Amino acid sequence: MPIIHIKDVVKNYDMGAELVHALSGVSLDIEANEYVAIMGPSGSGKSTLMNVVGCLDTPTSGLYDFEGQNVGDLNDNELAEIRNRKIGFVFQTFNLLPRSTALHNVELPLIYAGVPSHLRREKAEKALREVGLGDRMTHKPNELSGGQRQRVAVARALVNDPSIILADEPTGNLDSKTGIEIMQLFSDLHGEGNTIILVTHEEDIAAHAHRIIRLFDGKIASDEKVEKPLIYEH
Amino acid sequence: MFRLYEFKEGMRIALTAIGANKMRSVLTTLGIVIGIVVVTLMATVIEGLGSALDKSISSLGTDVYYLSKWDWFGGEWWKARNRKDVTVEQAEELREKFMLAEAVVPVVSTWQQTFKYRNRSVKGNVNGTVPEYEITSGVVPGEGRFFNLYESNAGRPVCVIGFDVAKNLFEREDPVGKTIKVAGYSYRVIGVFEKEGDFLGTSMFSKDTQVFVPMANFLKVFGSNRSIDIHVKMREGTDKEEAKEEMIGMFRKIRGVPPGEENDFGVNTQDFLKQVFDSVVSTIGVVGFLITSLSLLVGGVGIMNIMFVSVKERTKEIGTRKALGAKRRTILLQFLIEAATICTLGGLIGLGVSFPLSLIINEILPSSMPLWVVILSLSISIGVGLISGIIPAFTAARMNPVDALRYE
Repeated sequence: MPIIHIKDVVKNYDMGAELVHALSGVSLDIEANEYVAIMGPSGSGKSTLMNVVGCLDTPTSGLYDFEGQNVGDLNDNELAEIRNRKIGFVFQTFNLLPRSTALHNVELPLIYAGVPSHLRREKAEKALREVGLGDRMTHKPNELSGGQRQRVAVARALVNDPSIILADEPTGNLDSKTGIEIMQLFSDLHGEGNTIILVTHEEDIAAHAHRIIRLFDGKIASDEKVEKPLIYEH
Repeated sequence: MFRLYEFKEGMRIALTAIGANKMRSVLTTLGIVIGIVVVTLMATVIEGLGSALDKSISSLGTDVYYLSKWDWFGGEWWKARNRKDVTVEQAEELREKFMLAEAVVPVVSTWQQTFKYRNRSVKGNVNGTVPEYEITSGVVPGEGRFFNLYESNAGRPVCVIGFDVAKNLFEREDPVGKTIKVAGYSYRVIGVFEKEGDFLGTSMFSKDTQVFVPMANFLKVFGSNRSIDIHVKMREGTDKEEAKEEMIGMFRKIRGVPPGEENDFGVNTQDFLKQVFDSVVSTIGVVGFLITSLSLLVGGVGIMNIMFVSVKERTKEIGTRKALGAKRRTILLQFLIEAATICTLGGLIGLGVSFPLSLIINEILPSSMPLWVVILSLSISIGVGLISGIIPAFTAARMNPVDALRYE
């Protein structure tokens, strides 16, 4: 059974005067431990698709099963729970809490999951060590470099052992060298068995993925395996 | 239901947010601060007034009527001025005829007389009365004794003095047995009353600054052409209203008031004082309540406003939190806690301001800030916070995560 099963999904936005068709009939399956890049120019619907996949938004019509559960049937709280336990988000702008330490930022999903505090700390520390920030735990975001901030965000995405990691232009705010480091991190995570969905408009970032789905005008234009995904030597 | 971890996280967020905007948070609470200061000071003043009044009118005795030419409160003084004087003879007649009384005591006073001992002197009232004064006033001298029937009838030059008189004239000496000059005449001190305290800086109801001498002596020394007061204490177990009616009827007869005309004397009780006091208190209460509710309203609007700003500022944070799994109620709770915390902060600042002020009040009017006021103030603060925080918090809780994340 695929983790994500999307069938004929349509998403319309009512912008008052006109109806915007952001997605007009998208179908795709994503299996466990895939590394998928969703590409497309702006306005192609890739952000909308990411929002739907991330359970931040529900489709207007069509079917979206997440691990066999129909997302369309879920209410706000249940969606929040899925996001909390099953999905790890990595944003272009990092979206860390500016006044909290790296450790507390990583702990946040665990707090919402109701994990007791000693376990929370242990898990958050482990996640931070995994992304190579074992010595930066008590630093606040403004005391960290861009790459380190994004690593904190990745640790936060990982900490609840999600079924998928959903990264939206994760290198968009980083210089190319740091961007490469982050992509290396994703490759490593994929190697460890994680499922990764990457939304980007940059070809050389998408080249790290093992499968590339291209969107155009709210429809899937192509869906191809990558023969030789880009992997940097450590 | 809300869980503890949600509450803890909400508290933590609130404190961080307030800490990051210290000045703004403090300024926002200004309305609350003013409201709390008013509430606490008002309660302190009322409490102080109440206990001061209770203390000072307790010397008047309960169930005691004061028949006098004057009405203490109300009545029309220009009419009372033309009334006949109340005389010792009338008091005597009332005492003989009115059987429901435990004691009928004439008291005659003259104001601002000089009391002297050696080179020290003070001024105060001199009262002439009879031994039963101990019954109507319910007070016996703390030191020495009151004058007896023999001294009273013979008009002996003896006196019982108030606490302040004793303190000022004698300091550390024992006054009993010493001779003082009252308006130039020598009196032997045979007793000293205990301290009764004053009411708002006046001792009009306390014996502290007064001197008591036998009636017969008073009339001899100060003359008899003045109106006296008659203190009437009813017997235990008599029907109050009935006894009062009978007393009034009898006194009308004694003073020759024709039927159908109104009393030509005042019938006063300490209840009058209570009534006046209660109306003063309720006025203070109403004014204080208005000021308080106004400033709490202003404060509440201020809090609401700042909470809207806070929600707007943190739209992206709200989006992030929702993406990470925060439920609606978690976000709602977060902002409610923040509003309540800001208001509690205001309440604490308010208490911090009003506590030293209450100490200043204490100098004028012995009082202390009652504990229930502290609890009430903090409850009010939290309440205002919750009420004014609820709409902004709902706005935050209902945000769509996609829009919130996209907000710049």
